Amino acid sequence: MTVTDTPPRARIGRFMAANPLVPLILLLIALLGLLEAMNPGIINRLWLANAIKIAIPLAMLAACQTLTMLTGGIDLSAGTAATIAAYVTATLSPLIGVPAAVAVAVACAALIGLVNGFGVAICRVHPLIMTLGTGLIATGCLLVYQRFVISTGTHIPDFLVWLGTGRTVGLPNGLVLFIPFAVLLIWGQRRTGFGRLLYALGSNENAARLSGVRGWQVYLSLYSLSGIIAGITGLLYLGLVKTPSLSLALPLDLPSVAAAVVGGTSIFGGRGGYAGTIVGALILTVLTTMLTLLHMPEGARRILFGLIILAVTALYIRLTDRT
Amino acid sequence: MTRFLANNGWTLGLAGLLAMLLVATKMIQPEFGVSGLDSLGRASLPFALATLGMAVVVIAGGIDLSFASMMAVCSVTAALLMEGASDGTSALVVLAVLALGAAMGAINGTLIVVTRVPDIVVTLAMLFVWQGTALLILNAPGGAAAPWLRSLIVGGVALPGVSPALTEWLPKSLVFLLACLCAIWLPIRRSKLGLMFYAIGSDASAAFRSGVPVGRTKIAAYAVTGLFAALGGLSVTMSTGIGEPIPGPYLLAAVAAVVLGGVVLGGGRGGLLGPILAVFVLRLVRMDLTLMSVDPNVTTIVEGSIMVVVVMLGGVLATRGRRT
Amino acid sequence: MIEPQETPVLDAKGVSKSFGAVLALRDASLRVRKGEIVALMGANGAGKSTFVKILTGVLRPDTGHVRIKGRDSQVGSPAEARRSGVVPVYQEPSLIPDLDVADNLRLGNTRAEPFRHWVAELGIPDLRMDDMIGRLPLATLRILDLARALAAEPDVLLLDEMTAALPTDLVERVLRVIRQQADAGRSVIYISHRFTEIAALCDNATVLRDGVTVGSVPIAPGIEERIVEMMLGADLSHTNAAPLSVKSRPSDLPRLRLRGIGAGPRLTDVSFDLHKGEVLGVVALEGQGQDELFDVLAGNLRATAGTVEIDGRPASFRHPADAIVAGLTFVPGNRSQALLMPRSVRENIALPLVAELRKWGIISKRDEDARVSAAIERLQIDTRAQGEVRRLSGGNQQKVTIARWVAKGVQTLLLFDPTRGIDIRTKRQIYTLVRDLANKGAAVLFYTSELAEVRLACDRAVVIFNGRVVAMVEAADADEPTLLRAAYGLTEKAPV
Repeated sequence: MTVTDTPPRARIGRFMAANPLVPLILLLIALLGLLEAMNPGIINRLWLANAIKIAIPLAMLAACQTLTMLTGGIDLSAGTAATIAAYVTATLSPLIGVPAAVAVAVACAALIGLVNGFGVAICRVHPLIMTLGTGLIATGCLLVYQRFVISTGTHIPDFLVWLGTGRTVGLPNGLVLFIPFAVLLIWGQRRTGFGRLLYALGSNENAARLSGVRGWQVYLSLYSLSGIIAGITGLLYLGLVKTPSLSLALPLDLPSVAAAVVGGTSIFGGRGGYAGTIVGALILTVLTTMLTLLHMPEGARRILFGLIILAVTALYIRLTDRT
Repeated sequence: MTRFLANNGWTLGLAGLLAMLLVATKMIQPEFGVSGLDSLGRASLPFALATLGMAVVVIAGGIDLSFASMMAVCSVTAALLMEGASDGTSALVVLAVLALGAAMGAINGTLIVVTRVPDIVVTLAMLFVWQGTALLILNAPGGAAAPWLRSLIVGGVALPGVSPALTEWLPKSLVFLLACLCAIWLPIRRSKLGLMFYAIGSDASAAFRSGVPVGRTKIAAYAVTGLFAALGGLSVTMSTGIGEPIPGPYLLAAVAAVVLGGVVLGGGRGGLLGPILAVFVLRLVRMDLTLMSVDPNVTTIVEGSIMVVVVMLGGVLATRGRRT
Repeated sequence: MIEPQETPVLDAKGVSKSFGAVLALRDASLRVRKGEIVALMGANGAGKSTFVKILTGVLRPDTGHVRIKGRDSQVGSPAEARRSGVVPVYQEPSLIPDLDVADNLRLGNTRAEPFRHWVAELGIPDLRMDDMIGRLPLATLRILDLARALAAEPDVLLLDEMTAALPTDLVERVLRVIRQQADAGRSVIYISHRFTEIAALCDNATVLRDGVTVGSVPIAPGIEERIVEMMLGADLSHTNAAPLSVKSRPSDLPRLRLRGIGAGPRLTDVSFDLHKGEVLGVVALEGQGQDELFDVLAGNLRATAGTVEIDGRPASFRHPADAIVAGLTFVPGNRSQALLMPRSVRENIALPLVAELRKWGIISKRDEDARVSAAIERLQIDTRAQGEVRRLSGGNQQKVTIARWVAKGVQTLLLFDPTRGIDIRTKRQIYTLVRDLANKGAAVLFYTSELAEVRLACDRAVVIFNGRVVAMVEAADADEPTLLRAAYGLTEKAPV
């Protein structure tokens, strides 16, 4: 190793920036070790398959956060969009058939995203406030909708149950959906013009503008895409939980933000990517298992996740700030 | 006179809108009267206090997303400590909760100043932290409120020697709200601290060059916001009689009322009267919809849409303002 | 010469300050006696603004000291500097836009009575104390800032470009009041680009060059030449390269034709033609409207007056994307404005290639590779730290901002001070590249704060002063004294 005059903090920052996955995977392995030490024998094939099964919807919802966070935004309506998609599918399937129900469900989620995109892109409302607001309205719509369909009964399409809970050669079937999804996203964020623009807008909106990027086009498309991803996540989660409820995916909202942040995506934009988010989702799943084993109450879990978000963000500023 | 109108046109317009809505309410529901005003006042109280708190921090150029969670912490703390407590003890509890609120706000502000993480990110993280804290204190709605506290905001004002027919029109809850406003905001607004809030919100670097300690002022603004959160939390406990650990829908409502009330997101502009009027406008719209026996969930949608549209218009106006 | 027993009111010695690797001040000193008006002068980038910030407590010096009234001053904030007796009026108003006049006075602990007196004295009779600052014109704000400073009864008044945004009648009143201050025994540090004012007002001039105080001279008739010399340095040709400039044959129809362009308060009336194959220099002191001019051409700002024609067709831009489609590509002066700091060299260069909606799809790796590596090679960008642009040296960062447009294809290149703060070798490479692009048919508009560059890189230069073109100089005649004199508005030639 050569001796340089770079302070160690900056060196660590550089290393983390260049290879964000390495420390994350090390952390994941360390947490797994700790879990095994707490409760010897807990980690086996069955537990692993189960953990992956639970982590998949979280990782998919965290994709919404990752993509929006790359531009310096956030999507707090993702959990609501997922819930609505799930509820609509379950209630409409007996009425209009599975394919039509799924199409309507995803369209609803996309509509939520479109409204977010309109507010963020055209009206320049902060994404946090905008997505919080559409989430609230959408929840109201769901409650109204519920009163009309309450008597029709629900049906959960078989293929969603297969995807959500089934296992093939010991691996959860959800991977059939998730692996192509993840590959597409990781490839697309680097190798498509749209992906590049997400990073560009998050790094320096003004520079992107001077290079001829019309930001509103990107934001509008991005938030619509985020809505669609949330909708698909909702379908998968419906298959996993198997009972539609009015707050189905809402408990995933906070962990999805935390997974993206832990996975190395900067909440200020311009840095990170989906690969890290997947590891982040796995880390949070293991962490949740540990907290459950320790009989930690829900309140403690929220405090911990909040502090993780704050600490990682503050650390990020410390590591990258040179002035 | 014209200058007064120009400077306060927005507020006056809101007051006019509120008057029109009151008339409309009377037309929808001819028996709307003393009890209607009382319930409007009580229902609006937590929203109004949340709006006041949010307005202070927005004027100072910040935003506090953790507001509703801080209200929840204060609400459950008060309800838990007051359960079975004597009047004297419960008075102490009130003071303690107020201090707790200010302390939580100061923590938010300090974290923003020290970590240099933007307000919106810090308070988002703290939203979860305070939410978790409230759940740790009280896992489900419970506790109690001291009876004398409840009587502070229920019913109309009664003055000795004045006919109740005259005073009953004035809900105690409104008096309580105005008392909070006069006790906290007026002294600040008249002091240099208030000027400094406006100064750092309007132009932080010009404020620094004028000799304003920007960091400390920001912490103070967040502490005042925390104090209002404590009052808001107390008002929830006072009107329901229990502590509520799940944060209510106060965050977005407060942001919308602040924007509708003429306070510019980004800081420096607006007062507290406009936001209060805006709260009553928004609450009255909800009440009218309920009186017209609209499905409460539809009411929620309408209300949410109004808020989002208000915030979006505020965003468009802010962008315009920057361009000119 | 100071008599030994007299202590200067303000005495700064050996002040240095660096920002990261950039040494903004090396050895600055300034001495101000009681009742004296000292002009602080220096060309762009000489370190004036850093020195002002140190004198007024906004920044702390790395070495050296500032003594006020004989006492070492360790000013840590503007408020402390004020208490110690140095009161500044900055170029940017330090009044709060959303408060009225009275509240601003309260905020700065200014007494209203003397303030009102000075406002009346300075010629703003109709000011009301409940006027909102944000609604007042800029000229009034500068006067209010000055009145607030005067009301504090300062020992040393520091005025930074005080008269820049003022109409003539106000300028006269301001100069008279400053003179009265000095006669009453107060001292003034006066920073200005206007020689006529300095000649009329100041007792001495202290000149900064490259972060060093090079001397102090008493003001006397004809001293302008001496000061210009001091600002430029004895060796006028500190870059010993032969002029690269090749006389080009302008085609008949100009690529870019501006007529009467105005925008904002600073840019009032600029007209010139830029031809294919030509490198046209723009010379101006700071804040003469050149920033707005480039922003208008880049589609970043709407012109309020005048017309732009490209190849004979009128053009107007609502967004930088429109300007890029019309072939106008802009390299801003501040690199941090143009670069995606956390992203790679490749992504930075390829950004305009994916900006349009129809380029959002799959990136052709082969095409991108070819364009990016050609641009990297052409500009000789050091790619050792290419993972993150923020880790490149300033020179390499600047090359990336230009390489972006080379990769996209250059028709009309707008360069805003592209060589500021970069090493001589990189500068040469940029001159060669610019000439090369012009020879291949591009038109280049080249604003520079370094006057010597006009001869090295340009065919001709327009000189802008106070928002209008005051001179058009051929490269052959563009020696530094000529340009500097023109830039200070000393020789008004009829615009071409």
